[in-house]
Amino acid sequence: MPNQTTMSPSLTSTMLAFALFGLAGAAQADALAEAAGKYRIEPSSHIGFSIGQVGGGGIAGDFGRFRGSFRIDGRNIGRSNVDFTLIPASVRTGEARVETFLRSDAIFDVANYPEIVFRSTSVTRTGPDSAHIEGSLTARGRTHRAAFEATLERRDARGITFHVQGQVIRSLYGMDAGTPIYSNLVNFNMQLRGSRS
Amino acid sequence: MLRNRDNCYGMVAILIHWTIVALFVAQMLLGLAPRWVASMAQQFTLIQWHKSFGFLILALALLRLVWAALNTWPRRPAALGRGEWLAAKIVQGSLYALMLIVPLAGWALVSTSTLRVPSFAFDLIVIPDLPMSRSDAAETFWRVTHQWLAYATAAIATGHMLAALRHHLWLGDGVLKRMWPAWGNEPSGEDTNRREPARR
Repeated sequence: MPNQTTMSPSLTSTMLAFALFGLAGAAQADALAEAAGKYRIEPSSHIGFSIGQVGGGGIAGDFGRFRGSFRIDGRNIGRSNVDFTLIPASVRTGEARVETFLRSDAIFDVANYPEIVFRSTSVTRTGPDSAHIEGSLTARGRTHRAAFEATLERRDARGITFHVQGQVIRSLYGMDAGTPIYSNLVNFNMQLRGSRS
Repeated sequence: MLRNRDNCYGMVAILIHWTIVALFVAQMLLGLAPRWVASMAQQFTLIQWHKSFGFLILALALLRLVWAALNTWPRRPAALGRGEWLAAKIVQGSLYALMLIVPLAGWALVSTSTLRVPSFAFDLIVIPDLPMSRSDAAETFWRVTHQWLAYATAAIATGHMLAALRHHLWLGDGVLKRMWPAWGNEPSGEDTNRREPARR
């Protein structure tokens, strides 16, 4: 590296800074656009949730069964969309009695409402690799607006993974049993893995 | 009269006694009711009310014991023989102990339950769990213990009530009146001494 000795230190650092900035900019600009396409949500995704309780702690768990798809519009991220269907009977908390309670007509009423459906209505880019997703959430026959924040976590030849977070007010869907001991807000913490379809 | 006297209980003791009676009857119903309703949401609500009233009974029982310690106890009514008096004291002592032990057993039940449902008395105060280890076995043990102690309390309290009614309706003495809110119409010495004028 003979040139290094001939360049002034300030010039070297300036070039390095430009080079890094350029690389980062290219990566940011391309992160979502390059991932354009249709994806099927993989069963290996993780749909985690938690509900706080008075005095600290709470209930945490996940859902084992779900399906869905999303489409990333490379030219206009805002025209991307997502459809997601959750099977509430597949709820897991590590305590069988809690799961029975959640499946009963106290909360999910899975006998009458076997599916919870989210359909996006708008996607707004919030950063180089993140987006705000609004949509309609239907549970127990009631539909209300719900919003989630999605961040690109990983992308490879096989697919793409988003970290998705959001909060849902459960009383809107007639699932307010247990309040105020258990919070009315359900925190969703999900890893949605999509494979190109 | 707020304080106990030597021939009858004061208003404070009377008020706490009858409040605990009412709460205990409500507690038995609230404790049994979840098995009578199908809705798990209603079962949950009923159990939370049961826990709230349980903590209230425990607080009142402690208050009653403190009050009892600070007051004179009414003397043995002349209407009662020594055997009856001893039996009455054993029954009353058992009820004093049970009104503490039954709520404590309920508290142990929620403290050992693997459900970990917090105790939020009347949706106002978080009551911390007792420092006990949680397991299905411990929860079952305390559930059965709490349940049978409550049944035993109901049986002893029924005996206590029937004995009081026997004195009032059959023997016609003033024993029941000692624990009745008299509002200035306290039993006289003659009432309680009707069967046996000689005092102890």
